[in-house]
Amino acid sequence: MTPNSQSYTRTSPLKDQLLAAFQVTEERINGESKSAVHQVRRAALQQFDKLGFPTIKHEEWKYANVKNLIQESFELETPSTLSADDLHTLEIPNLSGNILYFVNGRYKPEMSTIVSPASDVQILSFAEALKSQPETINNYFARQADYQENAFTALNTAFAHDGVFIRVPDGNVVEQPIILRYINDAREKKVAAQPRNLIIVGRSANVKIAESYRSLGDMAAFTNVVTEITLAREANVEHYKIQNDTDTAYHIGTTQVHQADNSHFYSATVTLNGGFVRNNLNIVLDGEYCEAYMYGLYIPNGRQFVDNHTLVDHAKPNSYSSELYKGILEEKSTGVFNGKIFVRQDAQKTNAYQSCKNVVLSPEATMNTKPQLEIFADDVKCSHGTTTGMLDDEALFYMRSRGIPRAEAQALLMYAFAQDVLTQIKIEPIREYLSTVVARKLAM
Amino acid sequence: MLTISNLQASIGEKEILKGINLEVKAGEVHAIMGPNGSGKSTLASVLAGREDYEVTAGSVLFDGKDLLELAPEERAAEGIFLAFQYPVEIPGVSTTNFLRTAMNEIRKYRGQDALDAVQFLKLMKEKMKLVNIDQSLLSRSLNEGFSGGEKKRNEVFQMAMLEPKLAILDETDSGLDIDALRIVAEGVNKLRSPERSTIVVTHYQRLLDYIVPDYVHVLYKGRIVKSGPKELAFELEEKGYDWIKAEVEYQQ
Ligand SMILES: Nc1ncnc2c1ncn2[C@@H]1O[C@H](COP(=O)(O)OP(=O)(O)O)[C@@H](O)[C@H]1O
Ligand SMILES: [Mg+2]
Repeated sequence: MTPNSQSYTRTSPLKDQLLAAFQVTEERINGESKSAVHQVRRAALQQFDKLGFPTIKHEEWKYANVKNLIQESFELETPSTLSADDLHTLEIPNLSGNILYFVNGRYKPEMSTIVSPASDVQILSFAEALKSQPETINNYFARQADYQENAFTALNTAFAHDGVFIRVPDGNVVEQPIILRYINDAREKKVAAQPRNLIIVGRSANVKIAESYRSLGDMAAFTNVVTEITLAREANVEHYKIQNDTDTAYHIGTTQVHQADNSHFYSATVTLNGGFVRNNLNIVLDGEYCEAYMYGLYIPNGRQFVDNHTLVDHAKPNSYSSELYKGILEEKSTGVFNGKIFVRQDAQKTNAYQSCKNVVLSPEATMNTKPQLEIFADDVKCSHGTTTGMLDDEALFYMRSRGIPRAEAQALLMYAFAQDVLTQIKIEPIREYLSTVVARKLAM
Repeated sequence: MLTISNLQASIGEKEILKGINLEVKAGEVHAIMGPNGSGKSTLASVLAGREDYEVTAGSVLFDGKDLLELAPEERAAEGIFLAFQYPVEIPGVSTTNFLRTAMNEIRKYRGQDALDAVQFLKLMKEKMKLVNIDQSLLSRSLNEGFSGGEKKRNEVFQMAMLEPKLAILDETDSGLDIDALRIVAEGVNKLRSPERSTIVVTHYQRLLDYIVPDYVHVLYKGRIVKSGPKELAFELEEKGYDWIKAEVEYQQ
């Protein structure tokens, strides 16, 4: 595909830096450079080189302006001085299970805890998996996440060296959640991290996974993550993505999900804070009787920007998808929701529901919504609705007339609004943590 | 307790209250009646502090304080309660949670400690019995999907919990069947005391069979055009409002 010249910026400092960095890495890994994975990386790099970064002329990036990001340059392989003590402050209270830390994109085994027996689930870094199971990696890596058209996915693929590798064998129920904590140490230097995650869930297997993103320090931090999740028949996956990042953080991420017959995928994406956030959630329902649930909550303030793009591709008959995204926008923040639903010609008896509800609390905040339904089958049930409104004055007056001051009334209303999504999070300590942060943020 | 003098209020260009005078003493029950569109709800809303209305003249003193200077939440904390003609839905907030927040905010304003969960629940149990309201209703999102009667009963329950000095009931009787009406009235009567006052806005005389007023006022076109003892309510019931309208027109 030849990219439209208006839709991409061909050259930029960040691009130059990344192209040069690729060369350096390639020389360093000379032994591995003949590997199949590296051939994919190289192809992805070429594609990235060809494309460059998207501009706001690009339909998918209309509101997500990366012009500041691509002028930056970052430390790409900074050894972090972050200690286990520094991490304590970031702990989520009462959380137990498998907790893996990634600092500046690199797995930190000494900070991590893996409690589930290896017979139940394989949890290792992507870097280790590259060495110990090249076969599996070849079979699954970059098979779902498209790097032809998405420049950031191409970039991540080209730099896919570390992240997590999770494989749940057929029939296994992983009791303990797997928490992936991505920390960027931007206390002294601008840093970039490009984690690459591969999650393979076997037939009738169950697993709960949460990704959390945070930066430390007020230098710019750039995360460009790709998570590929494959669900075999009857697999059950809960996947949570939690972002509580700094105002100087850029986050661009793609979660690419592939579902086989009778599998259930259940997701929630909660953005508490972050300077620039773009989440792509792409789900291919490539089986019958699949179920996919997508919840989202974003509460930007200041000049934060949060863009959620979701894509549900109903490729086979008899599947169900349901989506609820909610936003509370304060001050000068901007939100974007773009929800695409494809129902392919074969996908008869599809049920697909989508809803996006927003409250804009300040005249200077903006919300852009775009539902896109493309339906090629005739026997389907689809509905979608987006609402963007202001705070309900009647409700506010009612509450105040009972003695609840304005700010508290607003916080109570907004907290209740957010709860519709937060109650969907089934890892209790995470739900509690999010509720606390949401309450605190809304009380400001 | 409450002294309203020459109160005038408008919304946009529209004048709605055109000089209301009313004095309510501690322990008294006043009924305000009048045809639709007279300004009864407007008066109630202005007293509760709804900001859509602009007060263009007059004053309201409540226990010696200038009520019009206070925010709605401050008025509530000072002891004013409005039972809404159309109670508002509060999605995601249960009556219980709502009332606990309200009570503790009011207590904070008054310099009192917050009620703990045990104290609060005890009080709830007591008041639930008083107005015959079900726990299941109180756990649901406030007013969301409530029937008309449930909404009104919930308003009275909130009033019982908050124990206001001055309760303003805006057509709390409309939409209620006779049994519900009796329960609501009982709830109000049980709260009657020498320190508490009530303003009952109603359309129908029948509520006044249960909540017996000390005074009845007729509000018409933004003015109180007639006041009298409780017997005035019977006269209105019998003769309708036309004779009052005629009287007003004759005087003008
Ligand atoms: N928000 C408003 N905007 C415009 N007109 C209003 C508004 N509220 C009340 N009014 C008008 O003020 C008058 C009095 O209304 P209201 O106080 O509700 O009367 P009542 O309760 O006696 O039936 C009516 O003519 C009504 O249409
Ligand atoms: Mg009215």
